[in-house]
Amino acid sequence: MSPKTLSDLAYLTSAVLFIVGLKFLSHPKRARRGNQLAAIGMALAVAASFVFLWGGGQIRPGSHAGILIVVGIVVGGVAGTLGARLVGMTEMPQMVALLNGCGGGAAALISTVEFANFVGDRAAGRPADPLAFGATLFGGVIGSLSFWGSLVAFGKLSGFLERPITSGVQKALNAVLFLALLGVVGWIGTGAGTTAFYVLLALAFAFSVLMVIPIGGADMPVVISLLNSFTGLAVAATGFSLREPALIISGTLVGASGTLLTLLMCKAMNRSITNVLFAGVGGSPAPAAGGARVGGPAKSAREIGAEDLAMLLANVHSVIVIPGYGMAVAQAQHVTRELADLLAAKGVDVKYAVHPVAGRMPGHMNVLLAEANVPYEQLYDLEQINSEFERCDVALVIGANDVVNPAARYDKTSPIYGMPILDADKAQNIIVVKRSLNPGFAGIDNEIYYNPKTYMFFGDAKSALTKLVEAVKAL
Amino acid sequence: MTEALLILYSIYVFVLAVFVGFEVISKVPVQLHTPLMSGTNAIHGIVMLGGMLVLAEARGSLMTAFGFAAVVLGAMNLFGGFVVTDRMLEMFKTRKSPGKKA
Repeated sequence: MSPKTLSDLAYLTSAVLFIVGLKFLSHPKRARRGNQLAAIGMALAVAASFVFLWGGGQIRPGSHAGILIVVGIVVGGVAGTLGARLVGMTEMPQMVALLNGCGGGAAALISTVEFANFVGDRAAGRPADPLAFGATLFGGVIGSLSFWGSLVAFGKLSGFLERPITSGVQKALNAVLFLALLGVVGWIGTGAGTTAFYVLLALAFAFSVLMVIPIGGADMPVVISLLNSFTGLAVAATGFSLREPALIISGTLVGASGTLLTLLMCKAMNRSITNVLFAGVGGSPAPAAGGARVGGPAKSAREIGAEDLAMLLANVHSVIVIPGYGMAVAQAQHVTRELADLLAAKGVDVKYAVHPVAGRMPGHMNVLLAEANVPYEQLYDLEQINSEFERCDVALVIGANDVVNPAARYDKTSPIYGMPILDADKAQNIIVVKRSLNPGFAGIDNEIYYNPKTYMFFGDAKSALTKLVEAVKAL
Repeated sequence: MTEALLILYSIYVFVLAVFVGFEVISKVPVQLHTPLMSGTNAIHGIVMLGGMLVLAEARGSLMTAFGFAAVVLGAMNLFGGFVVTDRMLEMFKTRKSPGKKA
């Protein structure tokens, strides 16, 4: 069997493993095995390309390409593995954004090299076939978009780019950029060289920054998911330009499933994708709400101390814990579970209500609570738990904000209007553990803090809950 | 295989892969959204192979540098992607119920 046939068969096998892996990844029990199957498929594909490149004599004679390939894989592999190992569970969303950006950047670079090859071939009188040529342009633009967009998303999630920036001229700018993009494509079509391609990449850069910068932090997961499927499409495009079916299949699989996943995430937030991308959540309403907050006599929040709160919690029948990003940043999931165990030992019925978009990514809370060994049976999702709040004695909100904001139900001017929320305000008592009265990630005020049934327990989630645990133990 | 047939064949692959991609994750529980996104992210790490191919035939030092960078970035995406996903899913698996004390 020739090296080419051998590697093609291996690519086919890895494509099957990717598909089965994805299938398994969508079932809780088999998810981990799914990821492992996909990893095996990937190892096989990498091995196959070694066979093809070395066995088939594809490496340009006299170049150091062989050594460079091995060095590149080792450098990138070690960096990626270390980064993925060392990153805290709380920073997972940023990490995924960063890794996705790497993939997009790789696709853009590959397209650049391919474009230069096409230009060289054209000068030598061998014009490229239009599909491969078009795919190279597409891969460059989308890859660059994905790379820069992911970096902006990474910056926003890491807090380098704090406030969503929205400006009126932005839509006009987007249109201008899009027209410029088409113009450059036309320019390339009439025979422009690599300079035009760099202009194309730069335009994609500007476009991605304008696209992602105004999007509110709470919507970042959707954006990362969208950029993830973009990278998939860019990879599929490089597959067309390189004539490599393995890249076409894998890239397209990710592009399609990533698009569907993006839509599912939007559905979980009761939003449409256009609303997420163009509404600019967390923009203008924040200052208005902030202004009303300062010193308004009608808006006063009650505060409670650790001892009183311990007394209250130990003497009720049922408590529903609502974790949010505040719990995640403070790494308070373990102490949260400790508190829940202590209360359970005193006969309190403890449940956790997990909002689909609590934290920075769908499923973020599930991962963190699982890390703290919270039993799966105590976790409830929105539909399961919302009817229980009325009968519940205490809703304990730990570092969550927008997911319990009643404004989502009725206030049409609120950026989160229409998002399903946890009905914490229907509980007999509401306890909010929070650092201050500042608005949450979406940048909007929350009337639940001023509800007459609410007690605020101020402090960083971890230190506050540690104090509370001590107080419960001392009872 | 003729050139035209080869192109047609790659378009077939593309169209079928779109359908498979949509079908394969039709029902996903919300708590798996993040790991699934991360898992698909790892799969497009296959872009590293594209980097290897262009590096193998790159002409000139600038294009070689681009090819090398593509391999490095692709490898980060590939290795980091699978490791991050495994770490997320490990959390789900090692969960043991602590046994309530009444």
